[in-house]
Amino acid sequence: MTNFKQNSAVSLPGPEDIHREVLPNGITVLTRSNFNSPSVVVSGYFGAGALFDPDEKLGLADFVTSALMRGTKKRSFDKIYNELESVGAGLGFSSGVQKSGFNGRSLAEDLPLLLTLLSESLTQPAFPKAEVEKLRAQLLTGLAIRVQDTSDMASMLFDEILFKGHPYSRPEDGYPETVQNIKREDLVRFHRDYFGPRGMVIAIVGAVKAEEAVRQVKRALGGWQVKGQKDVHELPDVRLLKKTVSKTHRIAGKSQSDLVIGTNGPRRRDPEFMSATLGNNILGQFGMMGRIGDVVREKSGLAYYAYSSLSAGLGPGSWEVSAGVNPQNVKKATDLIVDELKRFVQEGVTMDELADSKANFIGRLPLSLESNGGVASALLNIERHNLGLDYYRRYADLIDVVTGEDVLNTARKFIDPTRLAMAVAGP
Amino acid sequence: MKNSLTQVTLSNGLKVFLKEIHTAPIISSWLWYRVGSRDEVQGRTGISHWVDHLQFKGTPQFPANILDKSISREGGSWNAFTYMDWTAYFETMPADKIDIALRLESDRMVNSQFDANEVASERTVIISEREGSENEPMFLLGEAIQQSAFRIHPYHHEVIGDMADLHTMTREDLYSHYRTFYVPNNAVMALAGDFDTQTMLGRIKELFEPIPGGMEPARLAREEPMQKGEVRLSVEGPGGTSYVQVCYRFPSASHPDFFPLSVLDSLLAGPSNLNMFSGGISNKTSRLYRALVDKELAVSAHGGAQATIDPFLYSITMTVHPKRTPEEALTALDKEIERVKAEKVSKEEIRRAIKQARALFAYGSENITNQGFWMGYAEMFANYEWFQTYLDKLAAVTVKDIQRVANEYLVPQRRVVGTYIPLGN
Repeated sequence: MTNFKQNSAVSLPGPEDIHREVLPNGITVLTRSNFNSPSVVVSGYFGAGALFDPDEKLGLADFVTSALMRGTKKRSFDKIYNELESVGAGLGFSSGVQKSGFNGRSLAEDLPLLLTLLSESLTQPAFPKAEVEKLRAQLLTGLAIRVQDTSDMASMLFDEILFKGHPYSRPEDGYPETVQNIKREDLVRFHRDYFGPRGMVIAIVGAVKAEEAVRQVKRALGGWQVKGQKDVHELPDVRLLKKTVSKTHRIAGKSQSDLVIGTNGPRRRDPEFMSATLGNNILGQFGMMGRIGDVVREKSGLAYYAYSSLSAGLGPGSWEVSAGVNPQNVKKATDLIVDELKRFVQEGVTMDELADSKANFIGRLPLSLESNGGVASALLNIERHNLGLDYYRRYADLIDVVTGEDVLNTARKFIDPTRLAMAVAGP
Repeated sequence: MKNSLTQVTLSNGLKVFLKEIHTAPIISSWLWYRVGSRDEVQGRTGISHWVDHLQFKGTPQFPANILDKSISREGGSWNAFTYMDWTAYFETMPADKIDIALRLESDRMVNSQFDANEVASERTVIISEREGSENEPMFLLGEAIQQSAFRIHPYHHEVIGDMADLHTMTREDLYSHYRTFYVPNNAVMALAGDFDTQTMLGRIKELFEPIPGGMEPARLAREEPMQKGEVRLSVEGPGGTSYVQVCYRFPSASHPDFFPLSVLDSLLAGPSNLNMFSGGISNKTSRLYRALVDKELAVSAHGGAQATIDPFLYSITMTVHPKRTPEEALTALDKEIERVKAEKVSKEEIRRAIKQARALFAYGSENITNQGFWMGYAEMFANYEWFQTYLDKLAAVTVKDIQRVANEYLVPQRRVVGTYIPLGN
């Protein structure tokens, strides 16, 4: 075996190459330079999420974020996009439950333009009436497509079962009737009440020096002040299921059923997160989708995809297994998945499996950080969950200390195979 | 830092590209075979894609349960893609771990076993993959359009193959397809990343040169005759949303008209992004967005140009506005097509298209996997020079070129118009 010499410096982001600065109005700026390509990424989040949506106007936060670039007090929708697209740049907003976010990129020479448009969209959206109605038709079409999508509907049904009575049970993009209920004034009011610099985080990564990036953010957003910006609601606790709950959503005429089976998972900041994420890798990710992929796909040939995922954010998480199978095989696949969950909480994982997944996590880290977008996500992750600027330097050690016992204890804490949420959507 | 590029052909015919990039401790290795769905006859459709699945099922040296762990264990990211013209395998690894990928690829170029049990279980996996696609209205519509656009040329079927063939193909069919096309002289290897070229070349020779070259596999060469008259078709299925897809004949990627047509695509529908590992940009000020979406005939409009060996299709896809009919959307589209044929575009629009392409190239170059991808990809339908001179060729496009290709290619007599008619619930 040949030894391949490494010629490049190991380049995980760390305290000496991440610049972090909080502006007087509360915006946190994170930057890291990368001059290998003449491009730059701007990415961030702020606290105006779907958590604030009234039930009868569910989809409001999503509507507002989608409408931000439909016209500002200074520029029309067409003018905004003309300036962006003429230079091959991109910018978009999206809503989440707690936070909403933005993502943009351009050639480095066009960063000032990107930040100007970001600032105008965030601080001075005009919500022009005609554009709001055009957007409403697009959102409603999206919902009409969603209701036909077996994977989307299974996920939605899963959240309804698992998070019953909790804000996480609601789809952020709402329902046709709730989107119909939203008026232009609702958009204006939502923007006035919940948008503001406090709690906003912006990461800039690419071919720009840190001080220059900060200077440009200050120019674009440093003067933004909002009186009475409302705070993020505290999330209630979730009520755990007392027994397994199964529901099926019928969509006539489809060839394949999607199923989602799972339970609650840790928050990102919970001490069990690392052992849960390693355990999840063994359960339904590693190699060709871990143990779940092995039994459902490789051994039984039942599905093209069958994997598990852990969704761990600011609030209560979920731990779920998803698969797409022939409608006749739903029961068979479900049984195999539940058996694997039982084995997972009874036997835990082997030393070899754990060593493989640790090596996988540590080895793939540089791959996830090679593009500007990857580094920007990493910086936002550090900030959102208070991980420390040296987090990616410490990452290997944090992974290394997790034991098989930790994984087993975590699996038992969260997964009870007699109390699962099971959702199926198909013909 | 200047990235050096080396191109070598080994004694067995394997073409090798090496590009040193020392920005991160990562190497991306790609192995491309000149085989895809265009090499399949009826009764064997989908065979190239199925072979790609079986390439993950083991050799004596890397049995199935070892193989799928060996790359992941080292922190690698890996996958395979089968397309109309080619099949590609890649591994992107921490630089000091790349050897396992090289050993694996040289081994499975010749030693895959195609065990009968693995073939059987993969049959139902692929059938399930196809059933998942059949859930999507645009798959159903696209498949119907492709079948009517290509009656003679093997571009007529989807890469995944027809369901009838997925049920009947045998292990022997698959193995024979593998042995015919997986020979070093039918492959291109491309590595980009943090290595020393001479060391890397030495190791590649050591691993791949002992594999003997085979017969040059013949590729199907059934030229599609000129279409004479517009084809219209419809597909009915579940749903509440109508779609219209209009497909015009597009030249091969190596044809000089590919470049003015790419600029035309950019200003009609926004630039088609040819990078595999980097997203595109929005198209909200493209001509079609302004005419169709802004005017509320459609809720989205997109163009799709692809780089292929033989002439394929340029598709324009519209999601019809809920208050409009597919015919209304099509009429509005036709008006825009007529406009670009009758009136000269502005120089500014061309400059804009070139800047967009330059930006997309820059985004793609952030990523070593994407840089590895381009060397072999361009070889599959033209050569690497095609990629290196792409921006220059776009920059040479004139207003006159655009008008000429619009009139030559965007003709109703040589298009297929497909409509997806939703049947409700």
